[in-house]
Amino acid sequence: MEILVCVRRVPDTSENEIQLNAAGNDIERDDLVYSINEWDNYAVEEALQIVSRIGGTVTVATVGGEDDEEVLRREMAMGATHGVLISDDAFAGSDARGIATILKAFVQKGKYDLILTGVQAEDGGALVGGMLAAMLDYPFASLVNSIEVLDQKALKISREIAGGNKEINEIDLPCVLSIQTGINEPRYVGMRGIRQVASIPIPTLGAPELGLDPQSIGVSAAKIQRVDYFTPAMGKGAEMLQGSREEIVEKLFELVAAKGGLK
Amino acid sequence: MSRIFAYIVHKAGVADDSAMELAAAARKLDPTASVTAIIAGTAPDLDAVSNGLRNSYGETWKINNEALGYPNAELVRQAMVKVLPAGSIVLVAHEHFGIDLAPGLSVRLNAACVSDVLAIDGLTGSTLKVVRQEFGGQISAHVNCDISGGAVITVRPGAFKPLETVAANGNVIDKSSEVGVLTAKRRYLGMVVAEAGDVDITKHSVLVSIGRGIQEKDNVAIAEELAEALGAAVSCSRPVVDAKWLEKSRQVGTSGKTVKPKVYLACGISGAFQHLAGIKGNPFLIAINKNPKAPIFQVADVGIVDDLLEFLPEFTNKVREMRSVSTK
Amino acid sequence: MVEGFRSPAESTYWWIQGHTLFLMIHLLGLACFLYIAAKRLRPLLRAQADVRFDRPLQRLGKVFQFWLGQWRHPRYPAAGVIHIFVFAGFLLLATRAFSLILGFSDNSVSFGLMGRIYDQVREYATTVVFFCMVILAVRRLVFKPARYAVPPKFGRGHTGDAVFLLALIAILMLADSLFEASKLAAQAQQGQPAEALAFLSLPWMLEGALFAASWSTLHTIYLGGYLAHDLTFFFLLCYRPFGIQFHVETSLFSIFFAKLDHGTLKPVRWGIPDEQLDQVKSFGVKTFDDFTWKHMLDFYSCADCGRCSDNCPANSVGRPLSPRFLTIKARDYCFTHYPVVGKAGNGVALIGSIYSEDEIWSCTTCGACEQECPLLVEYIDKIVDLRRGMVDEGKVPQSLQKPLKALESRGNPYGKMEKKKADWTKAKEFHDDCQVTILDSGKTAETLYFVDSVTSYDDRMQAIGRATAKILDRVGTNFGILGAAEKDSGHEVRRFGEEILFMALRDSNSEAIKASGAQRIVTADPHAYNALKHDYKDLPPVEHISELIAREVKAGKISFHPADKDKVYTYHDPCYLGRHNHVYDDPRSVLDAIPGMNRVEMMRSRDRSFCCGGGGLMLFYEPKEEERIGVKRVQMAAEAGANVIVTACPFCMTNIEDAIKVAGLEGKMTAIDLTELVEKQMVREVSNESETAVHGG
Repeated sequence: MEILVCVRRVPDTSENEIQLNAAGNDIERDDLVYSINEWDNYAVEEALQIVSRIGGTVTVATVGGEDDEEVLRREMAMGATHGVLISDDAFAGSDARGIATILKAFVQKGKYDLILTGVQAEDGGALVGGMLAAMLDYPFASLVNSIEVLDQKALKISREIAGGNKEINEIDLPCVLSIQTGINEPRYVGMRGIRQVASIPIPTLGAPELGLDPQSIGVSAAKIQRVDYFTPAMGKGAEMLQGSREEIVEKLFELVAAKGGLK
Repeated sequence: MSRIFAYIVHKAGVADDSAMELAAAARKLDPTASVTAIIAGTAPDLDAVSNGLRNSYGETWKINNEALGYPNAELVRQAMVKVLPAGSIVLVAHEHFGIDLAPGLSVRLNAACVSDVLAIDGLTGSTLKVVRQEFGGQISAHVNCDISGGAVITVRPGAFKPLETVAANGNVIDKSSEVGVLTAKRRYLGMVVAEAGDVDITKHSVLVSIGRGIQEKDNVAIAEELAEALGAAVSCSRPVVDAKWLEKSRQVGTSGKTVKPKVYLACGISGAFQHLAGIKGNPFLIAINKNPKAPIFQVADVGIVDDLLEFLPEFTNKVREMRSVSTK
Repeated sequence: MVEGFRSPAESTYWWIQGHTLFLMIHLLGLACFLYIAAKRLRPLLRAQADVRFDRPLQRLGKVFQFWLGQWRHPRYPAAGVIHIFVFAGFLLLATRAFSLILGFSDNSVSFGLMGRIYDQVREYATTVVFFCMVILAVRRLVFKPARYAVPPKFGRGHTGDAVFLLALIAILMLADSLFEASKLAAQAQQGQPAEALAFLSLPWMLEGALFAASWSTLHTIYLGGYLAHDLTFFFLLCYRPFGIQFHVETSLFSIFFAKLDHGTLKPVRWGIPDEQLDQVKSFGVKTFDDFTWKHMLDFYSCADCGRCSDNCPANSVGRPLSPRFLTIKARDYCFTHYPVVGKAGNGVALIGSIYSEDEIWSCTTCGACEQECPLLVEYIDKIVDLRRGMVDEGKVPQSLQKPLKALESRGNPYGKMEKKKADWTKAKEFHDDCQVTILDSGKTAETLYFVDSVTSYDDRMQAIGRATAKILDRVGTNFGILGAAEKDSGHEVRRFGEEILFMALRDSNSEAIKASGAQRIVTADPHAYNALKHDYKDLPPVEHISELIAREVKAGKISFHPADKDKVYTYHDPCYLGRHNHVYDDPRSVLDAIPGMNRVEMMRSRDRSFCCGGGGLMLFYEPKEEERIGVKRVQMAAEAGANVIVTACPFCMTNIEDAIKVAGLEGKMTAIDLTELVEKQMVREVSNESETAVHGG
């Protein structure tokens, strides 16, 4: 099975402090460390597990710039066969629709049975996968937490829905799935693995190679644009209890008892 | 002004709570416009829902189709594309169905798409300004959307305060005939219900809820002791389940259970949206967290900045002490 | 010679001439043994290289101390002393055995006085060995010491095999004694001048018993004794390589080739420098052949005594690891896949077959196993190699992946920002008292205080950093810290098998250390201490803060206020300060310099100290265990009568403070770091600038 996983390099939420910069219009980017979007990593691991069971290859692709190559290499160190960088100045400022348009052009240059994305990235959008599917006219399922290959034509998948329940679906190939965290336990990629793939050439495809109409991508085509970042003015928020721990414990007990907290 | 539609999710003949939140969002978007509810499914549930919506929406469109016995976003999308006028603005709740439906729908309608909107600042011409969050809620952003060709907007559940009654005796229009035969390359097979687990947290009115701040499995006992002293149950946020310190049945949140307790102690929980979305009914929320900047303090009623591993045992002792006194 | 008593060689055994029979037995036995030995040697020839032939004199010294001197044995007094007797007996009887075999007769080396003295000695030796066998068998069957027990998951018990071996040796002794006793009894019957047997020795007793036997009976016993001795001897010779008794042959070698450089870790491949590691196809041990020949020799040399597992903290709390069975399982694998009879099998992945992943991750690398083993079997290198293999295949537990990734991006396992590494120096009260120089922008200092990650970033452990800085300041040390340029020492990164990441950390730190111009390094973190001392190269000398304080105390530069009267202190030896680096006395001398110090020793102290549970990445790992290792340690402190545990390691502090809570000893037991205690008790000079007032403990 030929699997494509669309990945993204993002500032790591646990190793960074996301703060507003001094000018107040963007996040502080000075000291950020980046890594692969956590959801995408689960998707790549899932793809690798599928091909280890039934054969095939895994391609990882990202829309970005030179800096984003490092996540492609990391996923190749993990086991992905091919890495592709989709890059062009014309792509700058694309919104989710624009990214999906670019990816669609890329997908149509190859032949993929299954396309995976993570459910969402750091902006919490959760849009690219679904848009890509509609553009390709492939069926789509989001929040996938289990994949079983039925045969060349279809998969049995489960989606994570409310209450911890799982919605079981059958979906025809080719399709697009967005993968939820926890679907598997991603293998570790050590520095050694990354070094071993450090010199593997990664092809770069731009707008001309993909036959993209400049009107359909980039900032001019984007209907969604982020204006700024800000930290909301603190609302009233909680009444913070003050005093020694003993005093707080007393106060809290009174409150809990008053609100019916003792059963 | 384009028409505003709100896609309403329903279960067992009852519309989801988000129905009124979407109405509020629509009102914020354009106070002058009237908003139409759209529901899809099969009779008799569908009719029960549409009747229920008469008190909330001036107009409800219902799509009755045998393929829609279970809400399959692939099929619903097809149906909606058939009935929606060009340039429509569609609101849907940002949860597992909305996430499935919205992106593809926006492509089919050739409309803009913006997701997980927390607030709507206003409309200037055809530019809508909304508020979203990024980086797991650590920072907020203003986003401009060009809605000249229509839009699909998913709204964060609980972000918009539901409107009180809006309309009385709204219309219900049956749009089923415009839809035709629905086929999709994705078929619903069934549901696997989460295991019951030993404790049903949805039945408890007092919950001691723990998050990553509990730090390790052995410390869960600290929460259990407090719960025992209070006569409460222990629940948790997702990281605790991922780390396998508690079973899934204890998880409160979008991918866990929805609870409606009277008192909720959030211990070592940062306050990520996915967790808070599982708490309904506006309980008395107490937050205990080492980090004074934790987002939970924004939504809690009472906040305590302290190490929960030290605070909870002391509080447990206090509860035990006071309860033994009161029984005398 | 006895009249009519023909020697075994000249007699006829059934239809075969004695001489022929024994020649056959000897040749066959020897050939069998050589064949078996060759088969046993085979996997070692296919194994990875090891560097074990250097410093032969030092190695010989070890042979004298541990093989001949049985140095480790008395650590378990009962079994230890008995083994010493048996071993001495074996050495003394070796000459006897060879002379019997080669001589085909009873012509011992009994020439002259030396010969007669030897005879007496060996008769006692035979007796002692025989009765030791009886005692040991009783011990195994009746008293059943706990450390010999075999948990069901590791297979059936070993008692049967043990008793079988004991019986064989007993038979050997008995056969020899009967051989001799029967001859002397016959001599005595014939009124010949008796070659006196050693009084009350086994042969002596048997001679007494046989005195009245008939001549032919005696002759039969005489010939039978010799045959029995011969057969048993060669049977044992060929049987030993099939079990734990192989240590009889291999122990000399396992001790000669034992590791000389304690605290160091085996490189990924001996003989391959860091720069060439890219060319190594596979890291670590994945299949049996990946072990070095010395490690395979270790598997052969294990005597199944169980002392290692008896002292293993992971084993004691029910983690899947038991060092003893790590070795026994590998040995059994080797016996199965490199059989004496049959074809050698192909390499099977060890993890997933004989070992589980959790088993290998459970080890805290405390070294207690290596400290106990009488045969100097090594464990830490093997565990690290197995971990290297797992890391190479991406099989790292999810709980460890996050800190490893953080170490890669941020240089510390918490993922905290580099620029915040020195924030601990900025605490208001501390900063007013003591300014710590950060050696950036070309600043240099004579001494570098290497703080390391946990002390820099952990809210509680920062107090150790501050106490250390204050002490260095008070004794007038010209010191500084690296601040943001300091990355994690990488000590556990290396021991958890991530060699390349370790090398990156090491190289970055080494450069920063050189740039600081420091002539010496001091640290309060024993893991950093061990890393800088043994894992890093070409660094200025490294010291632990306790060594520095001890020196200053001795020089009179530090004096103390009296200790709290109602506190009973006990010192917990951190594994990487004590056992791995032999720093036992300095911390104790510091404590004892505090007037009125009431200090007790735990039963397990010094090189028998019990690990707190492990440091570095071990703090992130989630093991399956029945209770916490730290809880056991805290209970030991309570048993010793202490109410304050003093330690000299931030990881010990983390585990112990945690354990005090979990064990329910809050209020009854506290923990304090040596630096914190010293800083608290130190007499401060009152300066003109009216520094902080002197306050006692």
